[in-house]
Amino acid sequence: MTNNKTIHTLSVYVTNKPGVLARIAQTFSRRGYNIESLVVSSAIDGNFSRMTIGVSGAEDGLGQIIKQVGKLVDVLHCTDHTFDDAVVKEMGLIKIAVAAEDRGEALQIAEHFGCKTVDLTDESIILQVVGDPAKIDALMEMIHKFKIIEIVRTGKVLMSRGVEIT
Amino acid sequence: MEKIMMDGGQAIIRSLEAEGVEYIFGYSGGSVIPIFDALITTKTKIKFVLVRHEQGAAHMADGYARATGKPAVVLVTSGPGATNIITGVMTAHMDSVPMICLTGQSVSWMIGKDAFQEADIFDISMPVVKHSYLLKSSDDIPRTIREAFHIATTGRPGPVLIDIPKDMSAGPMSVDLFAEMDIPGYKTHENDEVNPQHIQDIAEALSKSHKPLILAGHGVLISGAQDALLELAQKLKAPVTTTLLGKGAIPETHELSLGWLGMHGSAYANKAVCECDLLLNFGSRFDDRILGDPAQFCKQAKIIHVDIDPSEIGKMIDPDIHCIGDALKVIEALMPHVAELNTSAWLKKLDGWKQQYPFKFKRQGNLKMQHVIDEFYKLSDGKAIVVTDVGQHQMWAGQFYKTDHPNSFLTSGGAGTMGFGLPAAIGAQFGKPDELVVCFCGDGGFQMTLFELATAALYKLPIKIVVLNNHYLGMVRQWQELFYDDRTSGVDLEGNPDFVKLAEAYGIKGFNLRRPGDAKRIIKAALEYNDGPCLINCEVEKTDNVFPMIPAGKPIEAMIIEAPKAGSKKLEKPTGST
Repeated sequence: MTNNKTIHTLSVYVTNKPGVLARIAQTFSRRGYNIESLVVSSAIDGNFSRMTIGVSGAEDGLGQIIKQVGKLVDVLHCTDHTFDDAVVKEMGLIKIAVAAEDRGEALQIAEHFGCKTVDLTDESIILQVVGDPAKIDALMEMIHKFKIIEIVRTGKVLMSRGVEIT
Repeated sequence: MEKIMMDGGQAIIRSLEAEGVEYIFGYSGGSVIPIFDALITTKTKIKFVLVRHEQGAAHMADGYARATGKPAVVLVTSGPGATNIITGVMTAHMDSVPMICLTGQSVSWMIGKDAFQEADIFDISMPVVKHSYLLKSSDDIPRTIREAFHIATTGRPGPVLIDIPKDMSAGPMSVDLFAEMDIPGYKTHENDEVNPQHIQDIAEALSKSHKPLILAGHGVLISGAQDALLELAQKLKAPVTTTLLGKGAIPETHELSLGWLGMHGSAYANKAVCECDLLLNFGSRFDDRILGDPAQFCKQAKIIHVDIDPSEIGKMIDPDIHCIGDALKVIEALMPHVAELNTSAWLKKLDGWKQQYPFKFKRQGNLKMQHVIDEFYKLSDGKAIVVTDVGQHQMWAGQFYKTDHPNSFLTSGGAGTMGFGLPAAIGAQFGKPDELVVCFCGDGGFQMTLFELATAALYKLPIKIVVLNNHYLGMVRQWQELFYDDRTSGVDLEGNPDFVKLAEAYGIKGFNLRRPGDAKRIIKAALEYNDGPCLINCEVEKTDNVFPMIPAGKPIEAMIIEAPKAGSKKLEKPTGST
């Protein structure tokens, strides 16, 4: 088994029933895979949900686990989009402790990354950033020079390009 | 559809009737009283069997399903009643056996509040079921039960559990007994069109083979493909080996049969795996008991894997060619594309191995388990439904009771569940009342579920319960002798009761068998006994070992065909799983 840290992005289309998330999570955890991010939301048809799962673990067993997830009764399909040219987006909220007089540089970095300032007090600001996960990582890198109070990321969502269904 | 008024329990029973259920095996309790009440108020023809422990109910349903191909129902109460079936559910899941488990649950508004006898069985059972439900509304009862049977019995079968809060089964409701199923994500693959390209690929690979080997797993029996398989083997002139669970997929006395392969399978089947040029697997999941070392398995051959479950392809072995589908459909699709192969030299070689390495034992000295099994085989004309427990006797039963008919060798393969034998035999006898059921148990496994003697006695089931008693947990003792310098630890079953007296206490006829010379006479008497079950306690050689043996995790080439001579080189500890 090779232990590669690639985070795979899977899109799972499921019936909106109790237990479906637990079954999927169990399938990964039993084989030692770690769920790095998870986004669940209702599909156009409210009887179904779309999950975007970021998962890491041994590269060579993943294909088999995707098949195991795919065979769950509540799962319509499970597709690995890691190497597809798909639209991948994530949102992050970053709360930094910054006094009013030092805000200038923080806001400059924020502007460069297209962030919105969604909260502003005398001691802190909250920046909202939207983009592909690499862009958010780069922002995190830059903003580290300030005192970060907390970071919340949504985890990535993904959609196939063109008319193709994800 | 028209809705009718009834209570939830009655809706459950009516829905089970609609699925053609013949037996419910179960144990009552507070949260299922409304369902038990409905067994009376509906005047149903479904027969209820009261077991002595819920694990027994699960194994009975399992044995019934393996013998008949039809699912039975397990009905137990909440909390400990539900958790007690888990071993049986896991056993069925590992061996792809259909089963419907109805578990009672606390009233819905108390769930999650640590109510009396509340267990979160929906989540506890999740890894060992094919699918499961926690009922949210009594209106869902008919649809859920219909879906449960469909899921349990189609594609790759397995157990389905429905957790039923008491308020769902108790209250009056207006119900549509013909509600449609709603499982858009469920894929059985059993009606899939067999991929013609894959059939072409298989046929082409076969046409180039001179040393083919067909491997038949449980999937062949589940699909009912045994006749088609034999036809294919005969057309190709190709030998067939089976897994332990595939016993009966080809008559084992047929000249093309190599018996079963794997850790304690026939030397000739295992040698054939090492020398074939093509391995055509129908419905076996390449279990670790047959692979030895997966990286070394069958390296020299082209491997073809046919399975109804796509997630089995490439799980253990990466095949050269694969085909998704029901075994029968694939064999039928393949048949017109194949012709007789030039296998005469190969078959001659295999025959030589069969002569050279037969299963054998010594009839002299202390009574051997093999002797007892062999005598049962001969005196029953090989026609019994054999049910085993788990351990040395299980392997010897596989070796010495040849299986010529499908669904007549019932054993816990994947799970290796001790305690499976007796209750599974009871279930099999309920399902096949006119057939001879012989249950081979060790003294260890028998004591794990012996309380079901009461069930066997109550229904006067004519099971032959053969306790192969070596006063040891023999398989572990064998490993300790071979790989741990004979340091026996935790395997001496000192304190066994007198099993004949125990049987008699349940009103069951008991026989003692000690001397090899008495084997024929006593086994004949046991087979002729016709007033309910009988138990034959066989005092056998304490320290016998099962061979051939492929040490776990070793390549098949490392097979030990016969017992190592005293003073021979010490064996390395196995590296494979258990």
